[in-house]
Amino acid sequence: MMRRLPLGILSLALLAALSWAVLSLPAKPTGLTEASLARLAESGVTNPVTAVLLNYRGYDTLLEVGVLLLAIVAVWSLRRGEWPTGDLRDRPLLLSLLRVVLPVLMLAAGYLLWIGAFAPGGAFQGGALLGGALVLAMLGGRGRRVLNHERLLRTGLVAGVLVFATVGAVAMGLTGGLLQYPPGSGGTWIMVIESAALISIGLTLGLLYLGGRPTGENGNVPSQNPSSHA
Amino acid sequence: MPDADHRIYLLAGAALFAIGFYSLLVQAHLLRRIMALNVMGSGVFLVYIALAAQTPGPIPDPVPHAMVLTGIVVSVCATALALALADRVQAATGRVELLDDEDAAAPSDTTPVASDEHKGKPSA
Repeated sequence: MMRRLPLGILSLALLAALSWAVLSLPAKPTGLTEASLARLAESGVTNPVTAVLLNYRGYDTLLEVGVLLLAIVAVWSLRRGEWPTGDLRDRPLLLSLLRVVLPVLMLAAGYLLWIGAFAPGGAFQGGALLGGALVLAMLGGRGRRVLNHERLLRTGLVAGVLVFATVGAVAMGLTGGLLQYPPGSGGTWIMVIESAALISIGLTLGLLYLGGRPTGENGNVPSQNPSSHA
Repeated sequence: MPDADHRIYLLAGAALFAIGFYSLLVQAHLLRRIMALNVMGSGVFLVYIALAAQTPGPIPDPVPHAMVLTGIVVSVCATALALALADRVQAATGRVELLDDEDAAAPSDTTPVASDEHKGKPSA
């Protein structure tokens, strides 16, 4: 294509500008580590990343959980979901492995949520694991009954935003600041929010894999019919 | 200037961003463009993590970490939405590319069912 050369030069110029920008950064940036650690004892958790996510900058995370909901709503309104065609149902060994792996993955997601208060972990990591477990289950042809229960799915998807916003409102009533938890109880509030967020994040990531709103009844999409969603 | 230990990560992040930027401009296929955006995002994440690593103190700066953590989840969801939109484009035009103005003016020039069409996810 004729345009490749000027675009390549433009990209190289961008590379040069970005390299200059990152190299001209100070060798010892001040950062926010000290500020994060200074009030860590009051935040209710001992993992500074979780403190940033759900206490110091809680509204960021609230908006982000909203973005996830927005993404799945948009995808659901664009397309009908297709059941994965290359599924694992004809592979008995993988299916019996799934039977062992799925509960372990759920347990690990819960563990990541709990450990997030003290060490690396939290709702996002646990949610990613839960989403992966859901994808595995769908590939194995499992969980159709849950997926056809659309009201349950919708409740799960909005749980994160709903609980987060409710906690924010209640905390505002108690302390006068949005998502400003009453002193000494930050850990409990954070755990409530994260539990709901874990479910919503896991469901969102897993259901996005279907690429659309799950099809009803038996979950079977008429296959090999390209004109069906035109 | 950041020290040598972190310089390589910062420069790699800048390079990833520039590579993704070039692909985004040059590639017409929507799937490639979506991938290009993801490569650009990875570059940004790498820069953030490298910056977090070089702040003084006992631990890496938790604020960029938290931002990258949320950024990854958002980029996954944005990618899913972009893929759904690309599929709608294909369903509407028969092509996995955005039409240029001249294409839209003279649609007879284009072969609607291109060979690219069935390479992606099998559509039902």
